[in-house]
Amino acid sequence: MPRYFESTTVFNFSWEQVAQAFWRRYPNPNSKHVLTEDTISREVRGDQLVSKRLLRKTNALPKWAERFINTKHVYIMEESSVDPKNKVLVTYTRNLGFAKVMSVTEKVVYRESENQPGHTVAVRSAWIDSQVRGFSKAICAFGYERFKKNCHKMAGGFNHVLMSMYPVHQHLTNHATAAASAKNKLKDAAKNASELAKAKAAPIYASLHPNQS
Amino acid sequence: MNSIGEACNDLKKEYDSCFNTWFSEHFLRGNTNDSMCAPLFKVYQDCVKKAMKDHQIDLKECEKDLLGTDQERKVPNAKS
Repeated sequence: MPRYFESTTVFNFSWEQVAQAFWRRYPNPNSKHVLTEDTISREVRGDQLVSKRLLRKTNALPKWAERFINTKHVYIMEESSVDPKNKVLVTYTRNLGFAKVMSVTEKVVYRESENQPGHTVAVRSAWIDSQVRGFSKAICAFGYERFKKNCHKMAGGFNHVLMSMYPVHQHLTNHATAAASAKNKLKDAAKNASELAKAKAAPIYASLHPNQS
Repeated sequence: MNSIGEACNDLKKEYDSCFNTWFSEHFLRGNTNDSMCAPLFKVYQDCVKKAMKDHQIDLKECEKDLLGTDQERKVPNAKS
């Protein structure tokens, strides 16, 4: 059974900005492990832009893993589709080769935020799998922890690119990055609070607008 | 970013910059005609496909489409 991981990031940039920055994501200060990047296919299908990029990365592994994988580089295939009408960018990324030892598949859906105009919500799903007899559990656990740790770095790197492309945001973003993690924690609490506030506000609103019953 | 093929770096740069302009100024504005960068893409592709062969990359594996197909991984116990 693959290990599954999910996380949500909010970017303080419009969907159009995120979509444009997506193609210029590398290099960034957190992407030193990404060595090369090539578009290897691209076409417009209907209203959508469908692309494939091939990335070559260094692959830092713990000593114990060297018995399974004896390469310093790994290739990553990144499929993507951009739907400008519905403002959805989907990326689907997986490692090529060594998939039996450890496969990491990541899907990210970037959409315009429904409740925060000018913001973009990225929902990241990841599946970590291994088919090495007797070791798959340990390998999955390692891959899972590494992925979790890197998630933050990925968002940070992407934000760096966004800030350098759209510097008007600069003064806002420090605040926004700090707020983003707190935001997630507070999201549910805020939802409840806003429901409560709405409920409480209704009679007040009504009392201020006597024409409405 | 560099290309996998050193010889392709300049072609890649030219194509990428054309693409970024096309993406921002045409595609995102609803114009799906992608002929603008097609000639640059073609020469870049010829170069990069050769470099991929040199690096013994499995081209068949690269051609596989998973996104948007039923081969995509599924979210476990989807809330229903």
